[in-house]
Amino acid sequence: MSAIAMTEHNVDLNEEGFMTDALQWTREIAEALAAEAGIGPLTEKHWQVIHFCRDDAVEQGTPPGLRRISKLSGVSMKELYQLFPKGPGKLAAKVSGLPKPKGCI
Amino acid sequence: MKNLVILGGGTGGTMVANHLNGEMPKGWTITVVDPSKSHLYQPGLLFLPFGARDEDRMVKPRAKTLQSGIDWVKKSVELVDTDSQEVVLEGDERLHYDLLVLASGSQIRPEETPGLLGDEWRQSIHDFYTLEGAQALRETLATFEGGRLVVDVVEMPIKCPVAPLEFLFLADDFFKKRGIRDRVELVYATPLDGAFTKPVCSNVLSYLLAEKGIRLETEFNAAEVDAEGHVLSSYDERRIPYDLLVSVPTHMGAPFIEASGLGDELAFVPTDHHTLLAEGHNNIFVIGDATNVPASKAGSVAHFQSEIVTENILHTVNGRSLHDGFDGHANCFIETGGGKGLLIDFNYFVEPMPGHYPLPAVGPFTLLGESRRNHWGKLAFRWIYWNALLPARPLPVPNRMSLVGKKSVHVHQDLPIDRAGKSKAA
Repeated sequence: MSAIAMTEHNVDLNEEGFMTDALQWTREIAEALAAEAGIGPLTEKHWQVIHFCRDDAVEQGTPPGLRRISKLSGVSMKELYQLFPKGPGKLAAKVSGLPKPKGCI
Repeated sequence: MKNLVILGGGTGGTMVANHLNGEMPKGWTITVVDPSKSHLYQPGLLFLPFGARDEDRMVKPRAKTLQSGIDWVKKSVELVDTDSQEVVLEGDERLHYDLLVLASGSQIRPEETPGLLGDEWRQSIHDFYTLEGAQALRETLATFEGGRLVVDVVEMPIKCPVAPLEFLFLADDFFKKRGIRDRVELVYATPLDGAFTKPVCSNVLSYLLAEKGIRLETEFNAAEVDAEGHVLSSYDERRIPYDLLVSVPTHMGAPFIEASGLGDELAFVPTDHHTLLAEGHNNIFVIGDATNVPASKAGSVAHFQSEIVTENILHTVNGRSLHDGFDGHANCFIETGGGKGLLIDFNYFVEPMPGHYPLPAVGPFTLLGESRRNHWGKLAFRWIYWNALLPARPLPVPNRMSLVGKKSVHVHQDLPIDRAGKSKAA
């Protein structure tokens, strides 16, 4: 995310562009993060995924992985790749203001 | 009588059973449930495809690995009924438990990826995570005359996350020895954003890939295989044609975990990271690959966990509070080919660091650096496995990670030893 967007929204990001405080997140910030990642504008389907990720992260204490998103959010794997091209697991977490999902060790 | 029931007689289950044998208070029995008659030394699978014929030293009768005093029920598990505290076995037989240990491991599920299972399975598409798979691949590699060999990790987590890379390092060596290395292209396709799961390893060790001419395709999530056309494709529509596909299929926990509603979306059991109790249960412990804890699915992890599970079971039966001692400690020998190996040591919180293991500054093993001694360490490990680990004899290795004797490495792109630079597969 650019310096301008960062100051505009007063958001703390790590060096990979993930928010360090999920509580700072707003819909507006999600739009900015998405634009920065070359996604968007955000559609209803995007929001379905984002809401799932945020709710699930609160419940589980950790951001959901890609398989979990595709199994439980109601959005298929194929669609996830259309919505968040390249790395849907990582990008969905980023736009949702969550940390990068652990790439399992 | 009270029953401690252990589901699974693999590395973790066997160690816990043997640790606790003779330690439980009067009135307790220990029962291990596992339908398979033999115990497989899984680290040996890596070497079979390259011509090793070690099967007789890799497989032992289960009866010999479980100490006398432990009951062994040779049946498969259908379901765990946590309300009635019963395990439902095949043939609807029921086994009551007072304490339960889930040690049912993980297994490959090639059927999760369309195209993997079919006429080409074990012909031009192989796995090396099963004994039959590693043996079939040995036959194929012996007569492979050249072309593109693709190793693909379908999704994480997998057992022994470095094994696919080790496979490629050994393949490089194997084809060199056969004099056909110039006719073989080696490609590693991974869903992760680097070759190693730990960023510090990717930085320090990616020179190995460049050195061995292994091409890397990152963030590749396999969607399907065109088995007839020999093409692997991803969800984002990248295509990798292959001559030989070595797949590391999706791993999942045991089917009964799923059927019992005890697992997550991959049938791994949500487990307290430190006490190793199954979340939401105070009489079920989980060990090894069966857990969902963010530690490697590896024998070394099961070994370190077995000490915590043993301790916590004894605390439970003696009415004491649990020890939250597990720190995610793992260590792995990594084969790098050419008779060399390296060793990494890490936990939940600390990235792998260079240094020596297990004795700070002395070793004998070097961490994060290649050496012949590390390679021999890996081979010697088979003896340790059968003769010390499974019988639960004490090893001079602490279960918690030590930071003494290790040098901290900061993860920076400009690390001088990062000589690699990724080469992308076409």
